Amino acid sequence: MSLGDFLGVQTWVGTISWGAPIALAALGGTFSERTGVVNIAMEGLMLISAFFSVLGAWALHNAWLGLGVGVVSAMLFALLFAWGAIRFKADQIILGMAINTLAMGLTGYLLNTIFGYGGTPVNTPQLPTVSIPLLASIPWLGPVLFRQNVLIYALFILLVLSHFLLFHTRLGLRMRAVGEHPQAADAAGINVYRIRYLGVLLSGFFSGLAGAYLSIGALNSFNVNMSNGRGYIALAAMIFGGWTPLGAFGASMLFGFASSIAFNLQGLGIPKDLVLMLPYVATIVALAGVVGRTTAPAADGVPYDPSESS
Amino acid sequence: MDEVLRLRGITKRFPGVLANDRVDLGLLRGEIHAVLGENGAGKSTLMKIVAGMLEPDEGRIELDGRPVRFSSPRDAIAAGIGMVYQHFMLIPVFTVAENVVLGAEPGRGLRFDRREAEREVRELAERYHMEVDPAARVADLSVGLQQRVEILKTFYRKARILILDEPTAALTPQEARELFQVMRNLAGQGISILFISHKLDEVLEVADRITVMRHGRTVATLRPAETSEQELANLMVGRAVQLTSVRPPVERGPAVLEVADLTVQREDGRPAVQGVGFAIHAGEVFGIAGVEGNGQAELVEAIAGLRPAAAGRIRFLGRDVTAWDARRRALAGIAYVPEDRVGTGLVMGFTLAENLALKRYFLPPLARRGWIDRRALWSEAKGRLEAYDVRPPEPGLAARALSGGNQQKVILARELGSDPELLVAYQPTRGLDVGAIEFVHGQILRLRGEGKAILLVSLELDEVLELSDTVAVMHRGRLAAVFPAGEADRERVGLYMTGGRERAQEEEGAGR
Repeated sequence: MSLGDFLGVQTWVGTISWGAPIALAALGGTFSERTGVVNIAMEGLMLISAFFSVLGAWALHNAWLGLGVGVVSAMLFALLFAWGAIRFKADQIILGMAINTLAMGLTGYLLNTIFGYGGTPVNTPQLPTVSIPLLASIPWLGPVLFRQNVLIYALFILLVLSHFLLFHTRLGLRMRAVGEHPQAADAAGINVYRIRYLGVLLSGFFSGLAGAYLSIGALNSFNVNMSNGRGYIALAAMIFGGWTPLGAFGASMLFGFASSIAFNLQGLGIPKDLVLMLPYVATIVALAGVVGRTTAPAADGVPYDPSESS
Repeated sequence: MDEVLRLRGITKRFPGVLANDRVDLGLLRGEIHAVLGENGAGKSTLMKIVAGMLEPDEGRIELDGRPVRFSSPRDAIAAGIGMVYQHFMLIPVFTVAENVVLGAEPGRGLRFDRREAEREVRELAERYHMEVDPAARVADLSVGLQQRVEILKTFYRKARILILDEPTAALTPQEARELFQVMRNLAGQGISILFISHKLDEVLEVADRITVMRHGRTVATLRPAETSEQELANLMVGRAVQLTSVRPPVERGPAVLEVADLTVQREDGRPAVQGVGFAIHAGEVFGIAGVEGNGQAELVEAIAGLRPAAAGRIRFLGRDVTAWDARRRALAGIAYVPEDRVGTGLVMGFTLAENLALKRYFLPPLARRGWIDRRALWSEAKGRLEAYDVRPPEPGLAARALSGGNQQKVILARELGSDPELLVAYQPTRGLDVGAIEFVHGQILRLRGEGKAILLVSLELDEVLELSDTVAVMHRGRLAAVFPAGEADRERVGLYMTGGRERAQEEEGAGR
């Protein structure tokens, strides 16, 4: 295998498909964090959605309905997280870890109870891969960008929408205000709690899409701990991307690229476990290089208590 | 003139406290009405009631003669009442325009029209003569300009009654004067202003009427022409107050602290203090004035031994202490009163006895063979609390249970109790009321009389001018000017504070 093969079309296709679920979750993460809630629960939300998407698709014989079930389930758990983090001002990291542990146990239990030890059925419907006429036949670019799962297209559209929402709308200005200085936002007549619920719910929606992509987008099955740390990587990508949708997307694709290379390297006789560490090493290096240089929203991770205002 | 706001019998109770007791107050159209009182007199509670943040237990608010009820700040804003808090409610990373329009943004559909926002803010600023660049980031503005943004915020929401809560606390004298100009301007345009303050001279300078509050009650409403600083102070405190401390002549002794070419770095490695040198003698109060953030904090910490010197020398009683740690310096006789009582001065969860022993708990008689003698700790604490008039003098009480003034007394008791040769005090009266300030100033002058050296660093220019034998001004990490007490006045010192070294020298040249 030559270097050319590493950087060939397959690597780039791999970059997109490895990077997409991370990017989807990371986009959602920007909304949560910009309103001031650190959402480490994205890992669990992805896992929840991955399972319920398969369950829904199998039970309702329709991948789209499965997608809906998955996304709604992730949003319900996001609501639970938001309720604890906002209403009860719980420590967001501990609460997030609790959600993740709960998601792991619940999906593992339901997998065995509903589907038994054989795993999810092989005839589970999958979300379609769509080739865009004409565009798909462009050499290199075609297969990389225009012969993809529907959720990849959704990712591109949502990326543009997210950027617009956050930086060019009234709601986006208010979301950023709440994450920077909730007392000031409150004094300006903005309902801080409502905006934070919205941020976390948006994060749940995006994590739901990410989870569905893992189980009924890229595949049509569910495995135990299927998210496998991607929620955490998404959090890192969002930080690396400077809490912006475009940055988060770029960083996610960087991790996707590292994963794709790692996947290709597996055939070369280098110990597999070592190679699979690559994306995580890339995460550590990237974060070590960038933390301190980008600035988090000032009130990120701090519960809002109106009585503490001056 | 018509009365736009009338408070009738406002009463507000908090658990154990009667914060407002049947308060009556009237505000006329185009009037600047000062509300004067000590900390805890109930000014802030009253203003929060007017601004809709609190609801009164009894009494009522009338706007233009009609009774109103505010159940949230939104109601008050809608009624035309705008409040500028002492701690600004601004988002540093947003632009001026974004801050002003937040919550009522112009735009079509979802979209936020940034350009329209900037245009509206520019218009508003021009109408009220408060020039500020709408596209500038708030973090890049001076405190005085940030305050304008706060005021513009209220006018964007069509305020006609403006409440300013201690608006000059963070301003230089020049900025304060500009603010007074703006206030008079606004009053001239029919805006009514409630001006909360505990500074007597300001209130006399700018207010049309002054209402004095004490223990939750309004004790008098006066016109500036009919009263004096002394009368206002007595009304505020409820007894005859000694307003200005007299500095009796003291014979100046040998140098106690000598600082030479001192350079100190910030956390990020940039210099905060650059090549500063001065000496303080026995029996001398050396005061440093300046706007916050010009290296005072770093200078004070370097002298206390809490921050390393990047270059230069610090000598104390003739010995080079530059390499000494904080404990060694403290034991050698350097007392330190930090700016931040709550974070640095005291351990809030510790008892008063423990706080008093913080710097010597390991020495006899407080400790024997590595064991702390609780009884010794207790009895020593009891004596000191009484000597420094801490109320209540209970060694077992947690520090957080005390008022700010009494917390500061505990710090003074600890720092001065072991007979230091040098006191380093940074903002020792920050947030204290007139009575407590009187006490702190008295202690500083007592030390001076005993032949000790005092380094007083304060953002309150009047405090520095009143107490110091030598007045230095710190600007951008350097001592911009050093005056003997007789030659320092508000105007000259104020100019150096804002970096107008050249301007200051020019004006002095022109004046001669």
